[in-house]
Amino acid sequence: MSFLRRNPSVPVFLGLLLVFTLTVTLMSEAYGGGLSTSFVKTLGKTLCLALVAVAMDLVWGYTGILSLGHFAFFGLGGYMIGMWLMYARTEAIVVSSMANAEIPATPQEITDAVGAQIFGVVGSSDFPAIWLFADSLAMQLVLVVAVPGLLALVFGWLAFRSRVTGVYLSILTQAMTLALSLYLFQNNSGLRGNNGLSGLQNLPGADAIPQSVMSVWFLWTSALALGLGYLLAAFVVSGKFGSVLRGIRDNEARVRFLGYPVERYKLFIFTLTAVMAGIAGALYYPQAGIINPAEIAPIASIYLAVWVAIGGRGRLYGAVIGAGFVSLVSTWFTGGRAPDIDLGFYTIKWVDWWTVLLGLSFVCVTIFAPKGIGGLVDLALSRRAPDRHGADLGPDLGSLREKEAEE
Amino acid sequence: MTGALLEVSGVSVSFDGFRAINNLSFNIGPAELRAVIGPNGAGKTTFMDIVTGKTRPDEGRVLWGEKSISLLRMDEAAIARAGIGRKFQRPTVFEDQTVRDNLLMALKKDRGPLAVLFQRRNAADEARVEELAGQIGLVSELSRKSGELSHGQKQWLEIGMLLAQDPRLLLVDEPAAGMTPEEREHTTSLLVEAARTRAVVVVEHDMEFVRRLNCKVTVLHEGAVLAEGSLDHVTANQEVIEVYLGR
Amino acid sequence: MLRFLLAAVLFCASLAAPLRAQETLSPMQALMQAHAAEITKGSRKGIEPAITAIAGSGLPAAETVLEAWQAKEIYRRKDDGLFFRGEEPEKGLFRLHDLESGAAVGDYPKDAVDQLKPNSGIRAMIAAALVPFQLQSPDRVKRENALQAIQRDAEASHLAALRASIDSETDAGLKALKIRLERLLTIRFDPDEAARIDAIGYFSGDLSVDVRASLNPLLATRRLATTEGPAPEWNLAGEVEVGAGDFSPAQAYALLVGQGLARPRISPAEFRAALIAHIADGKVGGVPVAELDSEAARERAYAALADQGLVPATATAAELAQALDSHRFFDVYAEPAPAVTDAARATLHSIETKLALNQFADLSLDALSLASIYFLAAIGLAITFGVMGVINMAHGEFIMMGAYTGYVVQTLIPNYTVSILVALPLAFAVTFAAGVAMERLVIRWLYNRPLETLLATFGISIALQQIAKNIFGTQARPLTSPGWLDGALVLNDVVAISYIRIAIFVLALFFLGLFLFLMKRTRFGLDIRAVTQNPAMAASMGINPDRVNMLTFGLGSGIAGIAGVAIGLYAKVTSELGSDYIVQSFMTVVVGGVGNIWGALFGATMIGFLQKGIEVFNPSNTLAAQTYMIIFIIIFIQFRPRGIIALKGRAAGD
Repeated sequence: MSFLRRNPSVPVFLGLLLVFTLTVTLMSEAYGGGLSTSFVKTLGKTLCLALVAVAMDLVWGYTGILSLGHFAFFGLGGYMIGMWLMYARTEAIVVSSMANAEIPATPQEITDAVGAQIFGVVGSSDFPAIWLFADSLAMQLVLVVAVPGLLALVFGWLAFRSRVTGVYLSILTQAMTLALSLYLFQNNSGLRGNNGLSGLQNLPGADAIPQSVMSVWFLWTSALALGLGYLLAAFVVSGKFGSVLRGIRDNEARVRFLGYPVERYKLFIFTLTAVMAGIAGALYYPQAGIINPAEIAPIASIYLAVWVAIGGRGRLYGAVIGAGFVSLVSTWFTGGRAPDIDLGFYTIKWVDWWTVLLGLSFVCVTIFAPKGIGGLVDLALSRRAPDRHGADLGPDLGSLREKEAEE
Repeated sequence: MTGALLEVSGVSVSFDGFRAINNLSFNIGPAELRAVIGPNGAGKTTFMDIVTGKTRPDEGRVLWGEKSISLLRMDEAAIARAGIGRKFQRPTVFEDQTVRDNLLMALKKDRGPLAVLFQRRNAADEARVEELAGQIGLVSELSRKSGELSHGQKQWLEIGMLLAQDPRLLLVDEPAAGMTPEEREHTTSLLVEAARTRAVVVVEHDMEFVRRLNCKVTVLHEGAVLAEGSLDHVTANQEVIEVYLGR
Repeated sequence: MLRFLLAAVLFCASLAAPLRAQETLSPMQALMQAHAAEITKGSRKGIEPAITAIAGSGLPAAETVLEAWQAKEIYRRKDDGLFFRGEEPEKGLFRLHDLESGAAVGDYPKDAVDQLKPNSGIRAMIAAALVPFQLQSPDRVKRENALQAIQRDAEASHLAALRASIDSETDAGLKALKIRLERLLTIRFDPDEAARIDAIGYFSGDLSVDVRASLNPLLATRRLATTEGPAPEWNLAGEVEVGAGDFSPAQAYALLVGQGLARPRISPAEFRAALIAHIADGKVGGVPVAELDSEAARERAYAALADQGLVPATATAAELAQALDSHRFFDVYAEPAPAVTDAARATLHSIETKLALNQFADLSLDALSLASIYFLAAIGLAITFGVMGVINMAHGEFIMMGAYTGYVVQTLIPNYTVSILVALPLAFAVTFAAGVAMERLVIRWLYNRPLETLLATFGISIALQQIAKNIFGTQARPLTSPGWLDGALVLNDVVAISYIRIAIFVLALFFLGLFLFLMKRTRFGLDIRAVTQNPAMAASMGINPDRVNMLTFGLGSGIAGIAGVAIGLYAKVTSELGSDYIVQSFMTVVVGGVGNIWGALFGATMIGFLQKGIEVFNPSNTLAAQTYMIIFIIIFIQFRPRGIIALKGRAAGD
């Protein structure tokens, strides 16, 4: 495994992930520990967020595409699995309630009843065409990968071939995200408008399993997905492919003049990360229990960029650290657990002021610590090995110099 | 003209009414060293932009190779893969990556994303990189980040990357700018050496450097060819003197 | 007179009422006595003949009586049952007057008289009956009221009265109105076909709603089913295919049933209930209950029940299909005369064409005002992006800041006109200062790192938004426009534009002019243009790029503040106000092309018109309109990646 030897951060990360998951499992309510089920779920969700952050890091930190659309792919993955969860669960309820009827129900009656259950809130009872495969877990799992992947493929193809780059591309991805969330907000979008899909925490056919055990299952599945995703991402960025990606980030035109079809690389990485985000979303929303279009709004994707920036972009573990750190700290502050500060004339309630703190600290990180928290790892490593050949320029400084050279 | 590697004929391009290239025609053979000179704004860089696909001409033809393929329908990457390498005026290397990574990236291999994803280092590539590093004198710098190199070293690294691509035509924009006399010497020999097996076009301001290249010279002025021939021939040309010394 | 005699006879026949027979009754009194029962009963149905009789009596007192009745001023004396006009000069005392002469008859206490209290329905009927009188009234106001009454609720009887009153009309405006109403009533009530067609033609191209309301009923259709072709006497509108449009097979079958052409089919719920009601020994009609989980089995079971006579027979699915196959469906005009429907169609068509043109004009005005808002919102963004290459994600929050400044000023200065005049420059000052502060504290450190500027300004954006939420709360704050901006400029029934939108349009034009002046005619504009094109060269020419950047950023932010006040005037001020406009502003800049005010102008125009245009196709759904607009922009970028106005060559910086 020369790959692992050359990327020492990978085995370290996987080891830490395993230890973390085991520890949480042993401390969980299901195994007699003190961690509440909801906290285990929070940790499981954080792992999913870490996975989408790794995807974001691939596309932004390594390739330099500041996509403000990856949370849309995340949400789409959630919607795809949510359709099956909601359909199968409602069907189970309908069938059991109809079992007591005088005469057995026809398949049509069952479908109609399920439709009325699900779409009653938006004043409809017919299944839209996009629910065609909702009764099949296998098909919906395929869609978890296929829908975000295809959307990314089509959008990326349109955007990259017209050579839209930089902030233009960011705005365009933001527009895509906005379009998608506005579309989903409509009642006739076929996905229950702003009600979204709910009751996703109940796995159909698993009513006997308590949520405390379920949360541990999801924790492991999420950890597995994160581990595999990290491995894949590390593989992608380790070799020459990674070289090309970083080349595209630092000087796209030069890579093109070397003969690399830059657009196809971008499209590849954009689609791959969209698929990763979709998978992360499909694992996240069953733990969250509900998904609605507000989750997809552009601001969520920007927060994703914030996590990666705070964690340190251009390094995969930085993305994981950022997602974990920010989302857990944010849970702490917004959960009302942080103590209020009484200034005498005004009491700072963190529920209200946390966002302000986040925004400002984000500004500070961008200006003063562009390497993010991950930069601390560099400090530690260079202290242990002071004879490193020359200073690390870091991706952003490198690109800065490049830009200056251009102008 | 038969036997030409690159044939540019009747090409014009204008930006917002300004004619940067005006009915330009230019040919170069398969193994030829050529210097292109001209005052500022003569269209030297735009000419390179057209050949490498960065700028689309308003009219004219650009034909390449034995099969006379038109380059106008191809994008930059496809043109580069067809065998045209370009060195920019300012050294542009990937400063965040090591000299070795820079050279490895430039090596002539399959450029498709899927192929590249599974390309791992092998001994043959390493050997080729070592050899190239030897040619450009950067063997001891292979593991350094290229951003730490001196200006001249970056120029050489870029030439090395060009050679690694193994192109049939090399377009070199002001290679000697900012170099010490010894570095110029080295650069000259690199280019002359390269021109034994492939076509090399050098755009240069510095007459002394051009003289040392000892090759046919094309003089551009206002987007068209003003004169062509040996350096002594063109410097004797009255029009060229007027252009350079002013009217 | 005949009528009078008749009334007299009737009156003699109904002498049951306690009358003083020796007194001769006046004709009006006699008439009312003839209808006394209905009049006093006051039911809407029975009273109509009474009103018609009074109105049509031709008696001089008819008008005054009806008016008095309408005004609840008719009283009936209890001891003899006679009717009088009355008044109440003092509380509890009623003075009665003779119906015709108006002479006072005497004062009576409250318990000696009954007041007639017509309800509103009856009063409306009286009003309609009064119309012919009022049309001839010398009082202009009365005539006008009468015409309005006709417009509200016309009757066939009005037509003749209206025609009779046109020639004697002296007021030009009323005369025109009368002529117009006469034409409308002719369409509805005239028995002569040629006259109606003539009247229909009169309204060709008329945009008023009442014209369409009169014409549309002429084209009302009924849907009829037949096995043969259409009957010759039908005025045919066209044949309908089952399944086409919104004519579903179920509706078609219901139509057949309604016309008695097919057996009724019971509803699925009744069907199910019938099956359940006849479960016997675990079977229904011989079919085991457990097998009833398919439509076919249920049909079988039901058929068996029907055979036994336990349930009414119902049409089977096959029967339904067969019935639909063997019938044709036609839409037939209720109006029998084809010439009339043809004329109505032609006139409606001409109206619709004109209407479409006017709606287009109205829409263009709407789009233009939307475009001016986007322009105001985007211009600052375009300046900073163009000059400094900086994307300011907090631009939307500057807009919000401007709007809140307006709100705060209004809480301090109660006069709306003054407060707006104060708020505009103050908003500019506040956001200018905020912009300069942000440039100095944050953006200065991030030049040449556009993506990081984007993120850092986003951090500021979420912080500002939350701070606004903490200060002003989450509920919307009003920003009220001065009274002279209320209302709308109405050009005709279709085209109208509110004054506030005109004001915003003027504001946008003003800033366009101001900006052009600033850029082309002042030293500062020259500096900005120099820094935009080549910062290094500009610096070496003695321009301080730092200062230019700072002022440019302040200017862009200041205009955002003004835009905020303008937007706040017609939208509610919330902390999310900015983020609602920011994406559109970005789109405007991207579509228009950066670094150029004309680009922002074209971009805003295009986005505004596009959004309105899409809303036409999907009027109920602005969400969908925005979705489609963004998709369109993504496709637009394919063809003009650098916007409508793109810099070319070396200036493009690639």
